[in-house]
Amino acid sequence: VKTAVDNRSEVAELGHRSAAPLESTGLKIELGRRYKFAASHRLHTDKFSEEENVRVFGKCANPYGHGHNYVLEISVSGDVDPATGMIANLADLDGFVQREVIDAFDCRSLNEDVAAFRGVVPTTENLCIEIFRRLKNFPKAKLERVRVQETTNNSFEYFGI
Amino acid sequence: VEGTACFRAGCGVTNKMVLITRKIEFSASHLYNNPALSSEENRRIFGKCNNPHGHGHNYALEVTVAGEPNPVTGMVLDLKELKEILEREVMQRMDHRFLNYEVAELKGQIPTCENIARVIWGLLEPKIKHGKLHRVRLYESEDLFADCYRNGVDVS
Repeated sequence: VKTAVDNRSEVAELGHRSAAPLESTGLKIELGRRYKFAASHRLHTDKFSEEENVRVFGKCANPYGHGHNYVLEISVSGDVDPATGMIANLADLDGFVQREVIDAFDCRSLNEDVAAFRGVVPTTENLCIEIFRRLKNFPKAKLERVRVQETTNNSFEYFGI
Repeated sequence: VEGTACFRAGCGVTNKMVLITRKIEFSASHLYNNPALSSEENRRIFGKCNNPHGHGHNYALEVTVAGEPNPVTGMVLDLKELKEILEREVMQRMDHRFLNYEVAELKGQIPTCENIARVIWGLLEPKIKHGKLHRVRLYESEDLFADCYRNGVDVS
């Protein structure tokens, strides 16, 4: 569990506005945004034998991979600018996510096209962590969490460290 | 063992509590315009949302209350009660209204998701007598929403 102090030091470390989420009203506001991308992956590790890969990953270890329509939901926090009523301008946020995540992942193979998944199994857990890493330096607000829906039956959330 | 059961520091939710969420939908129109800025600047910052006659959304509001279930009724709060509060405080104020002109609480504010969520929090929090308001989530569309929480409140 993160403490308020941990949060603040993390904010300072990442060079975000200091104590941005702590509103004078005692309320914390987060902006949530949803994006979509389609990508393929294969769950497989060289550390296992072929039999072990099949036993652990099942159909997800099929040699040529398969794909999903991923849904990405992110939340950012910060002061609501009284002039705009916004934590962050959507055009800035959308542009950042487009460059850092969508352009890098959409219509690609996570295993082959994303360096972070060389030697790392591209489960949706690891995908959440990688997306958090890519988005945490958004300059206009503090990234609070990343949620990735792999199918309508599975979703994963990561709050960063 | 009693402890914090939520990832959010100081959110006040303990592991004896249950979260209960009620959803309502309302339709309203709005526009984004800051009279302190020039029309060019308003256009640049707010884009189409600055169109002078406004536009509308089907808003979805999710209200989450945290509390320990009453040992007799098994309820954190009576959903009927929450439904009536939402009807009175939100539906009657905002449904089929132009948010800029008809909602006094939003006067002088740009009616973004962030600001509407905060106004709704302010309307609901004092009315909820059983349990504590934990989260207000307002969807402007399926792809855009704002969450409001009380920051760093400890229950004991």
